[in-house]
Amino acid sequence: MRQLSFSLAINEALHQMMSSDESVFLIGQGVKSPWYVGNTARGLFEKFGPERVIDTPVSENAITGAAVGAALVGMRPIVVHPRMDFMMYAMDPIVNEAANWHYMFGGRSSVPVVIWGIINRGGEQAAQHSQALHSLFAHIPGLKVVMPSTPYDAKGLMISAIRDDNPVIYIDDRWLYKIEGDVPEQIYSVPIGKGIVRKRGKDVTLVSASYMVVESMKASELLRKEGIDVEVIDLRSIKPIDELLIFESVKKTGRLVIADAGWKTYGMAAEIAAIVAENIFDELKSPIQRVTLPDVPAPASSALEMVYYPNATHIVQAIKKLLSGKEAPWRIKSVS
Amino acid sequence: MGITKQKAIELYSVMVKIRMFEEQVQDLYARGMIPGLAHLYIGEEAVAAGVCGALEREDYITSTHRGHGHVIAKGADVRYMMAELFGKTTGYCKGKGGSMHIADMAMGILGANGIAGGGLPIAVGAAFSAKYRNSGQIVACFFGDGSSNNGTFHESLNFASLHKLPVIFVCENNLYGISVSQRMHQPIQDIAIRATSYDMPGVVVDGNDAVAVYEASLKAVKRARAGEGPTLIECKTYRWRGHHEGDPNLGARYRDREEIEQWKKRCPIKRLEGRLLEERWLSRRKMEEIQKAIAQELDEAVSFAQQSPYPAPGDIFTDVYVAG
Repeated sequence: MRQLSFSLAINEALHQMMSSDESVFLIGQGVKSPWYVGNTARGLFEKFGPERVIDTPVSENAITGAAVGAALVGMRPIVVHPRMDFMMYAMDPIVNEAANWHYMFGGRSSVPVVIWGIINRGGEQAAQHSQALHSLFAHIPGLKVVMPSTPYDAKGLMISAIRDDNPVIYIDDRWLYKIEGDVPEQIYSVPIGKGIVRKRGKDVTLVSASYMVVESMKASELLRKEGIDVEVIDLRSIKPIDELLIFESVKKTGRLVIADAGWKTYGMAAEIAAIVAENIFDELKSPIQRVTLPDVPAPASSALEMVYYPNATHIVQAIKKLLSGKEAPWRIKSVS
Repeated sequence: MGITKQKAIELYSVMVKIRMFEEQVQDLYARGMIPGLAHLYIGEEAVAAGVCGALEREDYITSTHRGHGHVIAKGADVRYMMAELFGKTTGYCKGKGGSMHIADMAMGILGANGIAGGGLPIAVGAAFSAKYRNSGQIVACFFGDGSSNNGTFHESLNFASLHKLPVIFVCENNLYGISVSQRMHQPIQDIAIRATSYDMPGVVVDGNDAVAVYEASLKAVKRARAGEGPTLIECKTYRWRGHHEGDPNLGARYRDREEIEQWKKRCPIKRLEGRLLEERWLSRRKMEEIQKAIAQELDEAVSFAQQSPYPAPGDIFTDVYVAG
């Protein structure tokens, strides 16, 4: 199959959806700037013009709100926040407006908007240019949150997000942009709310999303050499989350490790641990492990970044710790 | 651009309907029959009537927490409004929105917003869509003096003017942002001057004069439809009731009785009545007939609301997402 980079897969989705549907437009800061949104917007301005590719003033709140307003009356806008940190200015239109609209007005109108936030971690950019804030949005009823990890899913999920009649938060990670993979040339969709098993295994279930899937695959390869067979699940959507896929895997392996690029406390990993504990606690052979960012802001210095960002090594350590542990106390049968 | 007899009578009927609706709500609220929050529009009727009187049915409005007047003026059905206020399943939002959230897409009512300042970007986006689709529609965006200090006000005016979008920004300056008086919340008297920063006309209008509001709106509508961009209209008015029902209103806390009484003397409905009588467009008897017909419509709305069922418990889980 044809190979395409992650960022050009997004670019192709945008080209194809804007060509096939006149109600689709792209709005945000830096959509004309090659360094700001990578090559995801390549050729769009030239092809669709300033009416449909709108480079905006620094007004995240009003621009996102305007996309919500346009979506209410027949458009399918894509708002891009080239640095997710700045998307915090748009919390009102996302959380109070877009997420609530359909419910608050009794299902009589909808907001088919895509709000696209790019995570720019690393690179010694410090606390306000590096944050992975997906869990904030996944907390909110009415939103859907997708986080692709492959070029195939980057395109397919962008297409699904544009077609969806609900507000969809599309979050990607710039560390994925250069990854190459199979991408069909035609328009296709990847279902929102469905995860995928990236690697089958029997010893431990490793759940992750977005860039952490890359580190998870590396970890599983390292462990394979030591005879540990890891099953890797790529969530693809974190809301709605594919619970059944996780449950099926944990029932088989009895062990769960979650790798998340966000913070630990109240985060995505906590949610997955909770739903597993709530629903299939008896299937667990050992306590759940989380590999996440430490609960501190992102540092600038590379010396600190090396400690800050979790990688395959951290995941390997967590899995080894899990496997070396004693049988979980709740599984020891009482002797009567 | 003088107002016609027919239009003047229309504005009068709309204002009376808003006033009587709100008085009905005030009474039902006091009797514990309406739950939640009710932010009444009494005293400000000329703004909604005058602005919406200059719009076509296809045009859009965005509204606020104090939105009953706006949506009535744009043509909302008082039966579904009342049912919504009662929390009934026959209401505009099936009982999920309540007093602060009335929408009727068929009438161009995009939805009243409980977040002060939240409606401005939405209006701008709807106008962007209208311009892109070349539909000829315009958007009237209602908000208060309080929201003119919000970032969304500045961001929205800037973007709308930059793209010459068909929006009318209608600032209802009722002199209070909740309990903070205008002179305590901004160092200017006329909010309309802020239009200068965004290179659009900024107009100050007597917001208790429905004809003046209507005429200013017509001018803004014409400009918007011609593709010349937005206008900011500041309507100086006053809310007679508290921020919401139950708010200590009678001068004990943040405004004095004298001020309230002075503004009541400038009642927008009495003012238009004077004009109608003077022009011999409407007799006292005809006015009473209009009031009587509205009273009956409101009685029916209350009965409709009372007799309607509450949502079923299971309805809590519906409408979170669009299915499919």
